Amino acid sequence: MRYLDEFGDPGLARALLDDIHRTVTRPWALMEVCGGQTHTIIRNGIDQLLPDQVTLIHGPGCPVCVTPLETIDRALEIASRPDVIFCSFGDMLRVPGSGRDLFRVKSDGGDVRVVYSPLDAVRLAQENPDKQVVFFGIGFETTAPANAMTVTMARQLGVGNFSLLVSHVLVPPAITALLESPVRRVQAFLAAGHVCTVMGMSEYEPLVERYHVPIVVTGFEPLDVLQGIRQALLQLEEGRAELENAYPRAVSPEGNPVAQKVVREVFETCDRAWRGIGVIPMSGWRLRPEFADYDAEKRFDVTAITTEESALCRSGEVLQGLIRPVECAAFGKECTPRSPLGAPMVSSEGACAAYYQFRRLESPVTA
Amino acid sequence: MCLGVPGQVTEVWEQDGTRFAMADFGGVRKQICLAYVPDVLVGDYTIVHVGFALTKLDETSALETLELFRSVGLLDEELGVGEAASGPTSVTG
Amino acid sequence: MSDHLDLAGWSCPMPLRDHPQVVMGHGGGGALSSDLVEHLLLPAYGDDGGVLAQLGDAAVLGVGGGRIAMSTDSFVVRPRFFPGGNVGDLAVNGTVNDVAMTGARPLHLAVGMVLEEGLQLAELDLIARTMGAAARRAGVGIVTGDTKVVDSGHGDGVYITTTGIGVLDPGVDLGPHRVRPGDAVIVSGPIGLHGIAVMSVREGLEFGSEIVSDCAPLHGLVAALLASGVDVHMMRDPTRGGVAATLNEIARSSRTGVQIEERAVPVPDDVRAACGFLGLDPLYVANEGKLVAFVAAEHADLALATMQAHERGAGAVRIGTVVDEHPGVVVARTGIGGTRVVDLPLAEQLPRIC
Repeated sequence: MRYLDEFGDPGLARALLDDIHRTVTRPWALMEVCGGQTHTIIRNGIDQLLPDQVTLIHGPGCPVCVTPLETIDRALEIASRPDVIFCSFGDMLRVPGSGRDLFRVKSDGGDVRVVYSPLDAVRLAQENPDKQVVFFGIGFETTAPANAMTVTMARQLGVGNFSLLVSHVLVPPAITALLESPVRRVQAFLAAGHVCTVMGMSEYEPLVERYHVPIVVTGFEPLDVLQGIRQALLQLEEGRAELENAYPRAVSPEGNPVAQKVVREVFETCDRAWRGIGVIPMSGWRLRPEFADYDAEKRFDVTAITTEESALCRSGEVLQGLIRPVECAAFGKECTPRSPLGAPMVSSEGACAAYYQFRRLESPVTA
Repeated sequence: MCLGVPGQVTEVWEQDGTRFAMADFGGVRKQICLAYVPDVLVGDYTIVHVGFALTKLDETSALETLELFRSVGLLDEELGVGEAASGPTSVTG
Repeated sequence: MSDHLDLAGWSCPMPLRDHPQVVMGHGGGGALSSDLVEHLLLPAYGDDGGVLAQLGDAAVLGVGGGRIAMSTDSFVVRPRFFPGGNVGDLAVNGTVNDVAMTGARPLHLAVGMVLEEGLQLAELDLIARTMGAAARRAGVGIVTGDTKVVDSGHGDGVYITTTGIGVLDPGVDLGPHRVRPGDAVIVSGPIGLHGIAVMSVREGLEFGSEIVSDCAPLHGLVAALLASGVDVHMMRDPTRGGVAATLNEIARSSRTGVQIEERAVPVPDDVRAACGFLGLDPLYVANEGKLVAFVAAEHADLALATMQAHERGAGAVRIGTVVDEHPGVVVARTGIGGTRVVDLPLAEQLPRIC
């Protein structure tokens, strides 16, 4: 058992798809929350293999898409400083800020580096004592334990030239905001599997109760995503609204208590602006005051940021599933993967980029 | 937002009071931090995200899940399902 | 800032009109690179004979009653030494292969080097001897060259530019103009090795693996294929941007569609694992000892047999077919039977966490 190939088996995929086709009798709209799940869907062509009546709305579970513009601009400002080594996950390098991105900063001479883990950034700080090393700590709950422990380790090792620019976002408040919206299209959710690996499933029970909506904790391999979709559709067809776990090999109801404890010690909940959506109360994590000395926002006095979002960009409505990307006037014209106006066209699992690729197949352009 | 990759732990050690490990991801080896999975031992599989193991993968559960998928396949056969949209014909001849 | 530089219609994550400068993506072999060439360099260089506009990896030129192929390439890889070779291997084989892809027999190489003050002579010696050995293995002579030195801090160790010349036999005519619907798309062996080998030692991403670069000369494989009687329409080596970039370039320039079967694409298990680990798609990872061939449909089996009989084509596999639908677009049938569009990469792939 290697936990990979087995969960991409084409024969079993076919079995799950056939069962889904047999199950569905009317139109349903599902949302997969996590960008990683969107990636699996697009990468494997799952969206086209599902029955026509099933609509998959790609949710805001992609840190690339939802990191607030102001945070990106702050990151760009810090990364531009000559004494800074700015470390980030690869995903963030092409996200447009107000007028530029991290790639541009790099070409202007900024020391911007892609790292695999925040621990690599601490190591860089130890190796470059004359520089300030800043790590761009974006992500959902899944990444918070790594960032939290990196801060405690840096403190323990006495690494003073390291700091974290934090922009964590939380899934349950986002789902709540979507469910509260008067124009709610989503009828069932596939919850983000690895978020639940950390946080457990308990936060989703009240949502199921209050809004009578099926929520299925789903993994990331092709069979996992198909099974999550299948379980959600079964619930909808049978009129049930329950919290189910379709990823039991990696998710337990209580999650990872050790990780939760460290995260609570290092971070506190705060309001967070989601790019394109607006402020969702208590939907983010920031460093606690006792860790202020590792907070890049406090260490670097970043002033004079004028954020400027494209007036044409409707990514917020796309992220909430209120419009499909094709319904945006700029889609495919001013806004393409090659010249994106907003984040969902940049990220390979952003809803707009995904639609764009598929549309090329239907009405291809040779340019 | 959760590229968590399964890896098998091949070596464990402690450094400054924190457990680290070497994990094998199908041939790729990388050092990871085990601080969040005190019960993971050499030979276990774990989900790793940005250099941190987040949970031990439960083999029994994985096998049960695969068995569930197989049973769905058998059910499909019994019901004569399988005429669902078939993909395009092979392009490799 | 020049008045005639019209940046409308360029691809760029951020509009270049506010900050018109070169970015790393312009060297990635994807859409940004294409833009720089097509919108800035081509108009500037002028192109009376129409050769440059073909944008082949090599130019086929009529000279003295015969035809030669000429190619040039610069090698700036970091790290300079990686599992399976060093920048010297790339510098020779890369250009030998570009020449060979036209169907020409590579004969001569010119080598330009820009050395950074402070580079260890022992390292330069190793790279130079590597180049000599690679040239002998490829059957080419290094016939002329140039060496310059720049101030410390201005050169990244060593930059190498090689220019190669080869001769074309009469009747050999390869290129996008020959690609037809029905053509078989064949790759000469497993993909993703070079890019992963380099990435595995790149700072911040180091991971242990046994993967070594596949850097190798392909002139012998090309010669065998041409001698076999197979009607070869086009060949290209999938370097930067991987097989995906190559298929897209050919689809666009030949105005045909390409369909591939993902399950047929040969990816070694450990490359697949490394790609999974970093969140990369093997189709976009660089190769330095592989070629993609478009051959007439009726010769697909002969082409495969011929390639598989050669040491550099032992792993040759048919991965797809040229079609007349969706011209310019490459489509893959996925492992579970779905479809996805394999787009031209914008720039170099980056490891992701999402």
